[in-house]
Amino acid sequence: MFPSICLVASLLVPTVASAAEGLVCRDEIACVMIGPDDPVTIAWMLVTSGANSFFGEDSLGGIEIAIAQREGILLGREIELIGEDSQCTPEGGQLAAQRLVANEHILAIIGPSCSSAAEAAIPVASRAGFVLVTPTAVSSTLTNPDRDSGGTWMPGFFRTIHTNALQGRMAARFAREILDAQTLATIHDGSTFAHDLQGAMIGTFIELGGEVVYQGAVNVGDTDMTAVLTEIATHGPDLLFFPIFQPEGDFLVAQAQYIPDLDNTILMGSDNLLTPGFVVATGEAALGVILFGPNVAGETYREFLSLWQERYGAEPPGGFHAHAFDTTNLLLDAIESVAQVGEDGSVLIGRQALRDAMTATSGFDGITGSLACSPTGDCATAEAIGVFRIGEPEVFEGRWPPELVWTPATGGPEEEA
Amino acid sequence: MTQTRTVSRNKLFGIPLPAGHTGVDLIISALRIIIVALIIIGAGNTLLEGRFTFEQWLALLFAGLAQGSIYALIALGYTLVYGILRMINFAHGDVFMAGAFTTVFLANSFRQSGFLDSQPLLAILILMGFAALVSMTVAVLLERIAYRPLRNAPRLVPLITAIGASFFIQYTFRGLFGSGFKAYPTVAFLRGTFSVGSINVPIAQLFVFVSAIVLMICLYWLVERTRIGKAMRSVSEDKEVATLMGVNIDLIIVFTFAIGGALAGAAGVINGLFRPQGVNFFMGFFPGIKAFTAAVLGGIGNIPGAMLGGMFLGVIEAIGPNLVLNGLGIPSANQLKDVIAFTMLVLVLIFRPQGILGERLSAEKA
Repeated sequence: MFPSICLVASLLVPTVASAAEGLVCRDEIACVMIGPDDPVTIAWMLVTSGANSFFGEDSLGGIEIAIAQREGILLGREIELIGEDSQCTPEGGQLAAQRLVANEHILAIIGPSCSSAAEAAIPVASRAGFVLVTPTAVSSTLTNPDRDSGGTWMPGFFRTIHTNALQGRMAARFAREILDAQTLATIHDGSTFAHDLQGAMIGTFIELGGEVVYQGAVNVGDTDMTAVLTEIATHGPDLLFFPIFQPEGDFLVAQAQYIPDLDNTILMGSDNLLTPGFVVATGEAALGVILFGPNVAGETYREFLSLWQERYGAEPPGGFHAHAFDTTNLLLDAIESVAQVGEDGSVLIGRQALRDAMTATSGFDGITGSLACSPTGDCATAEAIGVFRIGEPEVFEGRWPPELVWTPATGGPEEEA
Repeated sequence: MTQTRTVSRNKLFGIPLPAGHTGVDLIISALRIIIVALIIIGAGNTLLEGRFTFEQWLALLFAGLAQGSIYALIALGYTLVYGILRMINFAHGDVFMAGAFTTVFLANSFRQSGFLDSQPLLAILILMGFAALVSMTVAVLLERIAYRPLRNAPRLVPLITAIGASFFIQYTFRGLFGSGFKAYPTVAFLRGTFSVGSINVPIAQLFVFVSAIVLMICLYWLVERTRIGKAMRSVSEDKEVATLMGVNIDLIIVFTFAIGGALAGAAGVINGLFRPQGVNFFMGFFPGIKAFTAAVLGGIGNIPGAMLGGMFLGVIEAIGPNLVLNGLGIPSANQLKDVIAFTMLVLVLIFRPQGILGERLSAEKA
């Protein structure tokens, strides 16, 4: 009750002195007062049901490990982690956001997992004054503030993952300049992410003199890809780009080997398939498949993976756990930096101050690289993206990650943040 | 007693309709003509354009038959239960998942031990038996816990319960085995292709088709030629009379669920060997919907109808988008394969409301 009274009071008169000794809320939006014995509350909204739930569990593992590394303590008190299933739909995103913003104890929300859910969650979280930071939603529109060009960004939204615009340009440059592909076919699955990414890829591919011979789509839940692959084979593209998820991407790659007229077509997927599970599922069919996505390596990441193994007894189910880990640390550091501690041990945190601290992030040393946030919430580093080729060691010996064949640093496009 | 036939005076937009016809009849007739015309125009355009070769059409046909075989095996479970209880067991797709998901671990251990490569047929039979056992157990528990207490409840009640049971099974298995995707191992002898002239058919597709046909024949024999099959048919016809004849209704219903579950479990393994990818707790959802459609298409309650409906749906899904929608100039035709599948369902049902092989049900049975 006490924090809620304080929050309401601070909403009405932002400069009112709180009941806690020596703490004054001067925040433009509102303050969250945490009593001496109360926990710091953080929330997540991730997809935890349906076919994409592995994606949410992958992020949740990263969040939990980040908190566990701090022994569950922030500002001298316990970190309380609560969550909502945002699914991979606009309805799910909106509902989860509405539920979470109704809880005034929550300092910030990590998520959503998917761009379609993020589009609906952003207005709700932003208008309520919250910080919403996603480790996985990559649609270019999410951090574009220009409504006329389809942008959906609103203050308070951040992400630690690279954008589709960056990925799409990278993929097109790699296809034209390294693979020398003249013709391109693309497949999406109707999701905001896949549609946006194939659009970004096509735009740059055409600019670079390539020709798009086929643009098609499959449905989420399809298992038989023979018909769409047969249709693509009639166009004989040099490259087939399919930024779709598991298991549809698995089915597509596995069945492409039985379409004789696709023998000379290079298959290229995106970060959704950059997981050991993709190679396990597709076996020899994965040989030669090009994937691009998070390029996370190094000693810290290996330590993270061993912590994961220790905690969950299995491999991470997706490819974005490192981003979720960085997201959590970045957020917790930002909270720590803006917290005002009263004489009685109470803590006061301004919501606008927290947003400002997130925006001011620069040179944050995460396992995905050095993070710095732009005014419209893009915090990812272009260092953590690369192009990989699946080879025999991955298929027959279980090596992971696959061979890194290209990164922006070794000849990629010059990108804005 | 003399009956007087009423002469219809129905009108549509103020225009008198022929005697005995209503506006709905006219709309359905128009719908039939429009759908058939669209199919003919689309198919005609595609074939005249000649973009696809004969071999490609045949490849699509075989892929469709293989996919349809899976639908058919699952559809048998829907149709068996409907035949006996007149209820749609919407959790049946998840019974399929239960067998397939559980058995993927056994299949991978067979591969690691080398047993799958040294004795592939025996290994596959063991896997099918194990999956059938798991799915059968789930189906029987489902009947005992979720459906039997509601047997005399209004028909909507078990239907809603089935949807709830579907979620329950899905999330129970997610709790047991996690949410990640698993994959069946590939079996060496299923990797190749079978060649007839210039046509290459993947052996995996033939395997699925032949396995499904064998299982369906076994089921047909069981229902038509055995004593318990006769009891099943009697319960389907009239439960009260069957009871008076000494048939144990509860036993027959449990047996029906068990058989439907066993077929779904076997279908799970066949599906896994055919399309090894995508094994997770949600894998029964879409095949379940498609199989239900197949059962309705073939004539729900009719066993050969479910087989035919499944095959028909699989082939239409594989061939329809490229044959019809491409010819109509519709972009991303393959994303609309469900549209064409369900349009065919509508088409079949407006010509034969009882399904391809279904009988007109009496008011009591329907």
